[in-house]
Amino acid sequence: MTLSDVISTYWLYFLIGRFPQGPLGGLALTLVLATLGLMLALPVGLLLGLARVSPWRALRWPITALIFVVRGTPLLMVVFWAYFFLPGVTGIQTGQFPTMLMALVLFDSCYLAEIVRAGILGLPRGQGESARSLGLSWLATMRLVILPQALRHMLPSLVNQFISTIKETSLGYIIGLGEVSFVATQINTQVFIYPTAIYLILGLTYFVLCFSLSRFAFWLERRSTRQSARNASALVTT
Amino acid sequence: MAGCGRSNALSDAMSSFHLSLLLSGPYQAMLFAGLRLSLTLLTVAFVVALPLGVLIALARLSPFVFVRGIAIVFIESQRNVPLLAHLLFWYFGAPELLPDAAKQWLYAHDVETIAAVVAITLYYAAFMSEDVRSGVRAVPSVQFEAARALGLPWFSAMRRVVLPQALRVTVPPLLSQTLNLWKDTSIATVIGTAELMYQAAKVESATFRSIEAFTFATVSYLTVSLLITALASGYSHRYPARAL
Repeated sequence: MTLSDVISTYWLYFLIGRFPQGPLGGLALTLVLATLGLMLALPVGLLLGLARVSPWRALRWPITALIFVVRGTPLLMVVFWAYFFLPGVTGIQTGQFPTMLMALVLFDSCYLAEIVRAGILGLPRGQGESARSLGLSWLATMRLVILPQALRHMLPSLVNQFISTIKETSLGYIIGLGEVSFVATQINTQVFIYPTAIYLILGLTYFVLCFSLSRFAFWLERRSTRQSARNASALVTT
Repeated sequence: MAGCGRSNALSDAMSSFHLSLLLSGPYQAMLFAGLRLSLTLLTVAFVVALPLGVLIALARLSPFVFVRGIAIVFIESQRNVPLLAHLLFWYFGAPELLPDAAKQWLYAHDVETIAAVVAITLYYAAFMSEDVRSGVRAVPSVQFEAARALGLPWFSAMRRVVLPQALRVTVPPLLSQTLNLWKDTSIATVIGTAELMYQAAKVESATFRSIEAFTFATVSYLTVSLLITALASGYSHRYPARAL
């Protein structure tokens, strides 16, 4: 069996797993998992980030503690807890996909919370203070004044977080989730004679995906710097 | 049925947390051996990755297009591929490229740990080099230009003038990179490196005492993480960021 035989036999399996006949897998599962994970983590991360800067201590302290604990723990640890511990509590055997998704959402929302917090604290203090002195409540200040500005600056960070999420989905391998790394290993076990080539292809796949996204983030960042420069010069000239 | 048995074992485990498992006996020895190997991975990877990262950052800033190109390819190929895929490559793929004698030697030794050290070190060298590079860019370019004008060669100007100033602003991001390094040593478990996560999973499957084993691992990871975080905040408190 030559390498091109291997590729022509397994390329579809690599991309979508056994999909129409069996569960979705391969690269498609990696992408679905990363997209779902980030989309579900966004609202949670936003709430956690707001809690992190909120004026109420009873809210701020436990959330800050939670974020510190999650950020100090490897994602793999969170995955293991979810995989081995949750079935014991709920009594239901959770599948690999929901387990990995839950771990990703918990993990990502804590990282997003810090991005949101940085975005909020990065704005000039006058924005929040003048909104408050105009009589807006804290929540209204956040919703109408702070977040619309902060979220725009966060866009490049969000794309970078998506790249991290794609890389994190590879940990599904350890609990036997059929994403692209797992599928590559299965192909390697069946073919056996081309381990170097198969893992190089796996690496190249991740590379193409993440590198193009990181270029996109870079472009977004440059565009937003240019825009704010233009806005600033417009302010000066008028 | 197996799932049912497991969940019973788990609810038993929850009703009684067996601290004795962690205080003595063979399982305690396994967990501590794992912790020791994790700390070794952290230390070795850090000690090698940091100077390597500085060298790569210098190559990335070099005036020669060719050198710069190699550095860019290395950095991007490390950063855009998950550590797990790197580990799989270094464990399954790379040994095949070696001559037979080297392969024999490798398999006679602890190939899991060697592959893990190589993968983690290269991966973090790339990340650290980007931190160092942004530190170098924070140093005003006149510093470098003045050093060159005084007749220092490119390398000495970097080593004696720019890097000492750059590394100072690089310490906080380097520390947070070290924190990531510590957490990512856990991923080495995929190739069977007998570090903390691997041992915790092994104790779990031998005893069904998942709560105890995972609590030990979590507390260990958290403790070291918090130490690194404390070091970072201590540093930025002692040497607050200042304009260069």
